Amino acid sequence: MAIAGHAEPLPSSLTLGARVHSWVVSVDHKRLGMMYVGFGLLFFLVAGLEAAAMRAQLARAGSQLIDPTTFNQLFTMHGTTMVFLVGMPILLGMANYLVPLMIGARDMAFPRLNAFGLWLFIFGALLLYYSYIGAQGLYGTSAAPDVGWFAYAPLTSRTYSPGNSTDYWILGIMVSGFGSITTAINLIATILVMRCPGMTLLRMPLFPWMMLVTSVLVLIAVPVLTGAQAMLLLDRSFGAHFFDTEQGGSAVLWQHLFWFFGHPEVYILVLPAFGFLNEIVPVFSRKVVFGYSLMVAATVAIGFISLGVWAHHMFALGLSPEMNSFFAASTFLIAVPTGIKIFTWLGTMIGGRIEFATPMLFATGFLAMFTFGGLTGIMLAVVPFDWQLSDSYFVVAHFHYVLFGGTVFGIFGAIFYWFPKATGRMLSERLGRWFFWILFLGFNLTFLPMHVSGILGMPRRIYTFQPDRGLDLWNLLSTAGVALQAAALLLFLWNVVHSLLRGKPAGNNPWNAWTLEWATSSPPPDWNFDRIPTVGSARPLWDVANPHDPDPSPEAHG
Amino acid sequence: MTQLVAPLPQVWRPDRAKVGIVCLIVVESCIFLTFVVAYLFFIGKSSNGPQPADVLDLPPVIINSVALLSSSWTVVLAVRSLERAKHGAFLGWLLCTVLLGGFFVAGTAREWSALMTEDRLFISTNLFGTTFYSLVGLHLLHVVVGLVLLSGILLLGIGGRVRQSHVNAVDMVSWYWHFVDAVWVVVFMTVYVIGR
Ligand SMILES: [Cu+2]
Repeated sequence: MAIAGHAEPLPSSLTLGARVHSWVVSVDHKRLGMMYVGFGLLFFLVAGLEAAAMRAQLARAGSQLIDPTTFNQLFTMHGTTMVFLVGMPILLGMANYLVPLMIGARDMAFPRLNAFGLWLFIFGALLLYYSYIGAQGLYGTSAAPDVGWFAYAPLTSRTYSPGNSTDYWILGIMVSGFGSITTAINLIATILVMRCPGMTLLRMPLFPWMMLVTSVLVLIAVPVLTGAQAMLLLDRSFGAHFFDTEQGGSAVLWQHLFWFFGHPEVYILVLPAFGFLNEIVPVFSRKVVFGYSLMVAATVAIGFISLGVWAHHMFALGLSPEMNSFFAASTFLIAVPTGIKIFTWLGTMIGGRIEFATPMLFATGFLAMFTFGGLTGIMLAVVPFDWQLSDSYFVVAHFHYVLFGGTVFGIFGAIFYWFPKATGRMLSERLGRWFFWILFLGFNLTFLPMHVSGILGMPRRIYTFQPDRGLDLWNLLSTAGVALQAAALLLFLWNVVHSLLRGKPAGNNPWNAWTLEWATSSPPPDWNFDRIPTVGSARPLWDVANPHDPDPSPEAHG
Repeated sequence: MTQLVAPLPQVWRPDRAKVGIVCLIVVESCIFLTFVVAYLFFIGKSSNGPQPADVLDLPPVIINSVALLSSSWTVVLAVRSLERAKHGAFLGWLLCTVLLGGFFVAGTAREWSALMTEDRLFISTNLFGTTFYSLVGLHLLHVVVGLVLLSGILLLGIGGRVRQSHVNAVDMVSWYWHFVDAVWVVVFMTVYVIGR
């Protein structure tokens, strides 16, 4: 096929230094994407270790394994890392890798800006973690940030947060936030400008569509966090009073600004994973995606509504009844387009010839777990229910079902799906299935009991709990689940290393998929396509394989 | 590749530099909105120290605003001159833009120095000081960035390095400059009209 490309292997005479140098100076969207994902996975391990340390401490009541100060740092760094240094870079990195290939382009719209964004992210991440060595803590010791990932005022004021660990938190996140913004701008420009001939917006694969909406949310939400962090920095460094209640400032303002960013951020983290599902589910059901335009419309609706629900994180604050009712109602409303998506995926699966390869296992796992987390989310949108369970382990369980059972499962599905494209080798299916099932069990063993401990009244972010409150068993189960998850991740790492060296060669299109990234070689050449492809429908490779039965794309029938 | 069945539809493809600059403007607007919201939220909440009505002097600010807003006009004329390859006019109008922007920065410096020395208003004095210096300062920062960009183009132009083919890039800088001016209208309304 003419649109295929042929990768030339790197001359093996290159020294290690030259290879590293070629990655560092690269502006190729594929290499940058892989570096994003690589760093994201590295920080995933770090955040996982932090979580494991907390679960070890909470394995039994009254444990003395970890002192309260360290525990505070652990949950702060775990949350911050997972959101900003794992979710964002992996999802933006996958988009970096995939979007140009999927729309038949040779690179992103602004390749150098792309490299700039990656290195900003890495610099921000290092700045945050440097606090473990360099930040001055309470007693002259070094200290990581310990104010929680949403860093409420007045805890972040100079009085309650002396030293400069909080400043590292502010600056690290701010810098990596600039990186996210540049990448979002780049993605929007790429998607709008670089589509190959024939690819109208409604012939685009759904993943770029999800990334378009995600990127717009990044443009709107992240700057508000940046602004709020700038205010906090002014408060801490120059004696400003934004969040200083003694001088008439407002701690509530921080909450509003933070969650105006924080809630869309949840959708920034989950919409790309929806995008992975939109590619994986049709291919492994051997069916065209059910309700393409409905999916696009629901995504745009989610994007809009997600900007107007933030105060559901603040019900416990005592806002006015009108405010509470408004934000409860808007939160119920966002469940509608989200539900539509769930049903579109089910509609795609129904009547399909479903093939449970590892990517599809993760996709179905995502569906089940995300729906479950969504339902507890609707429960928490009921104001009195939230009053009862706010800041308890029930909430921790809820958002881990959404972000781990949802986003992280989606990411692993995507890694299994696109690994062959990026490396030219298949990941082991056998190990992949084991990985999925062990992770699935471990995940549920960890987080299902947290619903119970939360309902029994166990508050989050406290380093220990008392015996004889009926919490012991549930906490022990949660900790046991972590061991399973760790085992699963070791299996995954082994799978990656083993498959990179010995994996089955993938060929251009191992899954018989229909989108353009599968038209070129695996891995694709630096220039992606020898000839820029031309498409006549939303499934160009279907058209190539079935010239007499072309894909009925939306426009073809009006 | 196989022959396509349907004729290719026209694909909508905007200019990439314009998309980039519009996205940047969205981002900047959100940052500014955050500070404007904080400003509005804290109006009248200062319990001590100077209040806006006592210390904010309108006439110099109005002259300053006129200078800044008219620089939007001169930058348009500069871009148009470059489009028509009139290099002398291009450099002249660009110089005017830089001078008007510089006048605005100098005016703000005079205002701030009076506020600090005569009225003893600092960022830490009260909420008015906090929100005033941060919002006006944020805008000032953007003016300075714009001036650096415009002066860079001016210097390159004097060296004969800016050609007609660069008009799109210069135009994008002018879009940014228009945005900075438009934000000033919002800041002016917030600080000197509503806040006073
Ligand atoms: Cu939310």
